Amino acid sequence: MANNNKRKMYLRLITRSLIRRASRLITAVLAIAIGATILSGLVTIYYDIPEQLGREFRSYGANLIIMPSGENGINENDINRVKNLIGREKIVGFAPYRYQTIKINEQPFLLAGTDLEQVKNNSPFWYIEGDWQNVMIGREVAEVLNLNLGDDFKIQGVKFGGQAEASNQNYSAEENKTRDFGSQYFSEKLNVKGIITTGGAEEGFIFADMKILNDLIEDNFKADVIECSIIANASELENLTQQISKAMPNLEPRAVRRLTQSQDIVLGKLEALVLLVTVIVLIITMISVYTTMTAMVAERKKEIALKKALGAENRLVMSELLGEGILLGFVGGALGVFLGYEFALRVSLNVFGRGINFQWALIPVTIIVFIAITVIASIMPVRKVMEIHPAIILKGE
Amino acid sequence: MPILELKNVSKIYGSLKALNDINLSVNAGDWLSIMGPSGSGKTTMINIIGCMDTPSTGNVILDGVDISKESQSNLTRIRRDKIGLIFQQFHLINYLTAVENVMLAQYYHSMPDEQEALEALEKVGLKERAYHLPSQLSGGEQQRVCIARALINSPQILLGDEPTGNLDEENEKVVVDIFRRLHSEGVTIIIVTHDPEVGDVAQRKIILEHGRVIQDIDQRATFGEALKLKGA
Ligand SMILES: Nc1ncnc2c1ncn2[C@@H]1O[C@H](COP(=O)(O)OP(=O)(O)OP(=O)(O)O)[C@@H](O)[C@H]1O
Ligand SMILES: [Mg+2]
Repeated sequence: MANNNKRKMYLRLITRSLIRRASRLITAVLAIAIGATILSGLVTIYYDIPEQLGREFRSYGANLIIMPSGENGINENDINRVKNLIGREKIVGFAPYRYQTIKINEQPFLLAGTDLEQVKNNSPFWYIEGDWQNVMIGREVAEVLNLNLGDDFKIQGVKFGGQAEASNQNYSAEENKTRDFGSQYFSEKLNVKGIITTGGAEEGFIFADMKILNDLIEDNFKADVIECSIIANASELENLTQQISKAMPNLEPRAVRRLTQSQDIVLGKLEALVLLVTVIVLIITMISVYTTMTAMVAERKKEIALKKALGAENRLVMSELLGEGILLGFVGGALGVFLGYEFALRVSLNVFGRGINFQWALIPVTIIVFIAITVIASIMPVRKVMEIHPAIILKGE
Repeated sequence: MPILELKNVSKIYGSLKALNDINLSVNAGDWLSIMGPSGSGKTTMINIIGCMDTPSTGNVILDGVDISKESQSNLTRIRRDKIGLIFQQFHLINYLTAVENVMLAQYYHSMPDEQEALEALEKVGLKERAYHLPSQLSGGEQQRVCIARALINSPQILLGDEPTGNLDEENEKVVVDIFRRLHSEGVTIIIVTHDPEVGDVAQRKIILEHGRVIQDIDQRATFGEALKLKGA
């Protein structure tokens, strides 16, 4: 009861001081709030950057290539197991490829049977004339065969299990013609829906749905390679490849180092930058709190002397000033958390084009950090209380 | 037995003797005025009696305890328990209401008690203004709050340095009347003043000059006559 009264008076003192002197404290609260805004905003972004940038990087192509370790291809069962191993929520793109040599006008080409939708997920940066759908041909193929959008072309090839003689150039045109009608061969008319320009090897391929290819060669699903785009950093990807090769020895996964490493370097640099800015902001906030508290102690010299003249011990007067500092830190910190979220949200929307997760833990963390900062920055100014002599209140101005 | 004794007290600033070998004895319940020209050492003396300063030489015995060699923190404690202070400039805390200003003294002394603080304000006729801020009070009202604050912990000595210096005659009378009542209740009062009328109401008056007591006047014969309120 007794102590309770005393505590109540303490709270009354510091809140009265803050509320009734509010206009003088606006700058202090603002300084803390701005610091807290930048800090909580940056930390929010900092936590979101890896994921945001990870997604961003996923539009630069596949970062994991899986090949069969033996002669046998990858079947549908393998694919399901691999997807489970990776974790389906982390997969941005997952395109199995089956390559088949075919002939167009007696010239050999490679037909890639795949999942065009997933290829798009892997490589959204490909430049496509026409549509992204069955069948697309590389720019090189289009030039060699003088094909345009909407043109038909005829492909010929050997069915699965047939002799590879179809590609034997020693047969005469006549012989090949007769063979074409044999049961080992297939022939199909396709239509150019899209022409691919990438500046890479893709320009020499013909892309079609895996199903079309399998139907033509009369075989079950079988992939020669899988290209995956996965949300992961370099070390996570390394772990994943080890995990896959251990669990499925018939597969040979390989991380595309160039991509993952540059992703990690960019992230590392950004994170270092965020840390640096955070530290600077904390220091600036501390300096401004220090200045404010020093000014406050100087300005309230008479009041402090009076309190001492009334019999207050140094400890008590200092605890009042610190209490005011803590309240300032609390108000500024709390204000800053919410402004910081606004700030992070805006940055995220502008830079990454998507929202951001609010880190609830930031509320207590920011408030505590800024209370700690105000306390640390206040210690020196508040210690000045000890030097203020009560006798000065009897001196006229 | 005297409540306060100064024995050969001097306060020396460099070559200046602000107080020069002062001997003074004040009995409990006495009402003493200290007068003298500017720079004569009145405030210096109040500071020493009020435990806010220590003499360069000599002894100050307050309520049987020699305080001339006490540490700062002990002086703080003694001041808190035995001295009530009032000032020319009132020194109320501007962000606290009248009653909160009184409670502040309770808080540093022992325990804040709003009821008791309100009663103290009632005694100085300020019950109605208890929840006003100092800026909303007149000078006389502020000084009465200051007196209520000085008395709230029942000090042995009420010390004032020019407590009526900033008041008009009407308010001066009100404050002197409060002193008169406190005196009748047995409070020891030591007041520095420039105002001869205020100096005259006391039982005893000393006059300082160049740090020395040059006159010590017994006023018991005329005591209480000056500055009567109308109708009192
Ligand atoms: N801290 C100090 N350092 C040096 N000299 C001081 C100090 N305090 C007071 N003095 C000097 O001591 C002398 C007495 O000062 P004091 O304040 O006691 O005078 P006073 O009688 O209260 O005058 P006033 O009527 O103007 O208030 C003055 O000459 C003053 O300049
Ligand atoms: Mg003076």
